[in-house]
Amino acid sequence: MSEVNILRGAIKAGELKAVDVSKSYGAADFTKEVVSACSFTIERGKLTVMIGPSGCGKSTLIRLLAGFEKPTTGTITLDGEPVTGPARDRLVLFQETALFPWMTTYDNILYGPRARGEVTPEILELAEFLLTKVGLQDFRKKYPTQLSGGMQRRAELARAMINNPRIMILDEPFRGLDAMTKELMWEYYSALYEENRRTNFFVTTDIDEAIFLADRLLIMSNIPTQVRAVFEIDVPRPRRLADLIENDRSNQIKMEALSILHEEAMKSFSRGSKAAADFVDAYSKRVAKT
Amino acid sequence: MAARKTILLDSVYWRGAISIVVFLALWEIGSLSKIWIKWETFEWLRNLLVAFGIKPIYLPWIGAVPAPTEVVAVWAGVLGDPGYWQSWYMSFFRVMAGFFAAMLIGIPFGLLLAVSRPAFGMGFPVFEMLRPIPPLAWVPASILFWPTQEMSIAFVTFLGAFFTIVINVVGGARSIDVRYFQAARSMGSSQSDIFWRIILPGTLPSIVVGSAVGMGITWEVVVAAEMISGGGSQIGGTSGGGLGFFIWNSYVGGSYEQIVVGMISIGIAGFISSELLRTLGKRVTPWLRLR
Repeated sequence: MSEVNILRGAIKAGELKAVDVSKSYGAADFTKEVVSACSFTIERGKLTVMIGPSGCGKSTLIRLLAGFEKPTTGTITLDGEPVTGPARDRLVLFQETALFPWMTTYDNILYGPRARGEVTPEILELAEFLLTKVGLQDFRKKYPTQLSGGMQRRAELARAMINNPRIMILDEPFRGLDAMTKELMWEYYSALYEENRRTNFFVTTDIDEAIFLADRLLIMSNIPTQVRAVFEIDVPRPRRLADLIENDRSNQIKMEALSILHEEAMKSFSRGSKAAADFVDAYSKRVAKT
Repeated sequence: MAARKTILLDSVYWRGAISIVVFLALWEIGSLSKIWIKWETFEWLRNLLVAFGIKPIYLPWIGAVPAPTEVVAVWAGVLGDPGYWQSWYMSFFRVMAGFFAAMLIGIPFGLLLAVSRPAFGMGFPVFEMLRPIPPLAWVPASILFWPTQEMSIAFVTFLGAFFTIVINVVGGARSIDVRYFQAARSMGSSQSDIFWRIILPGTLPSIVVGSAVGMGITWEVVVAAEMISGGGSQIGGTSGGGLGFFIWNSYVGGSYEQIVVGMISIGIAGFISSELLRTLGKRVTPWLRLR
């Protein structure tokens, strides 16, 4: 267990704050606002899940947090320092795999340390530990195309963790996996989180995934993105998928979250159509009554 | 050894062998009988064609082509002739010289165009203007502006591969997934690190494809260039001017069997070079063959 301590002792959990962040695209008179005066905090050592209707600007928000793009207005800070560009303290796991196809699992995991010239005996030991941790010790010499979908995601988790980021940003990482693998990955990922308690920011469109994983749940509005609601999911950890189905508290949160999400989804559905707008109106009245 | 045996018994190989045998047999029958598509035996077909306004003299006559057995007999004689091997050597030498020059200049040039916006803006228009010009259209000009015949042939060969390689490199480098760059930058990669570990390996598959296509064009071009320019007689003499000149010489000398020998030789040479390239390509892109 000494290896776990090597990893544990080194973990720095950061806190990320977005204040009045807006992002528009397009020139002069033809700008389209994608993110609008959005403020939230990704709390230290917590697993914050962001859920919103598809096409609501979540991916744009991630590019801003990661530093690939700059916000039009507003500030993003990590532990008080402003975010100015991409850096190893804010790593992103992308939708589908972004493992480098021309590198073996082992080379992929060691990419970050090698890029920064930080390959030390401790890092190599950590690489071994992480390989075992994600169950890929027998696949170190395989290329990404030789791995299954679930293995690719686990290899990517290891590639991010070896850089010891202060926050891990996951952009619908389990999208495209089959239902069985997906549920296994949820349990695997939440166990991993429970063990190391990094700051995690997880973006999804799947409500079950969101509730199972989250400490805090941010529900986003339709485009332009804003935070519509925040739920604290006070279901104790470690969680098991089977328990959660019977848990009243989680079901209650799920219903509340779903009604907000529906409303937001209908807005994007109805844009430009009078009939659809009426339908949304009727739907919201029905929800209000019950 | 056991594995090798099963490969030989593979249906793919049998089908390939059968298709070659059938092709040779039809050719043999057609040319030995001297009557295949000779119109006396196909009166009704001729009448039909004439009715549609096609005169039989426009149609090929397989009977004029030497039969495979005759070709093999002549080939066996030619095998002992050093001039024949000299032709092989000359053509291979020119192809390789042109091809490697095209790789050496084309790959860095393509990468430069892909990586740098100013380079692309300034270099690409000229490149795109020169690209549609067929390499053979360069033959007269290159004979004029290169000091030796040999250099002008090598230059035309170079052009054949150069444009294909560059266009593939540019396309390949530009289609690398942007997430790879984002991931690399997040993990602290420097510009040069991104070039050597992301852009270059990411472009390798396109380089391999471009080279394979370029190699094919190189063979087409070298043969034609040798025919037109008379085979670079300063070096090889009349019998050693390359396979293209070998064919042309056989035609002028009236040895039709040798024409076919020359044609098949080029087929074999092209096959060997693309097979070599394929093997090399698989070796440098090990992640692609494992799907």
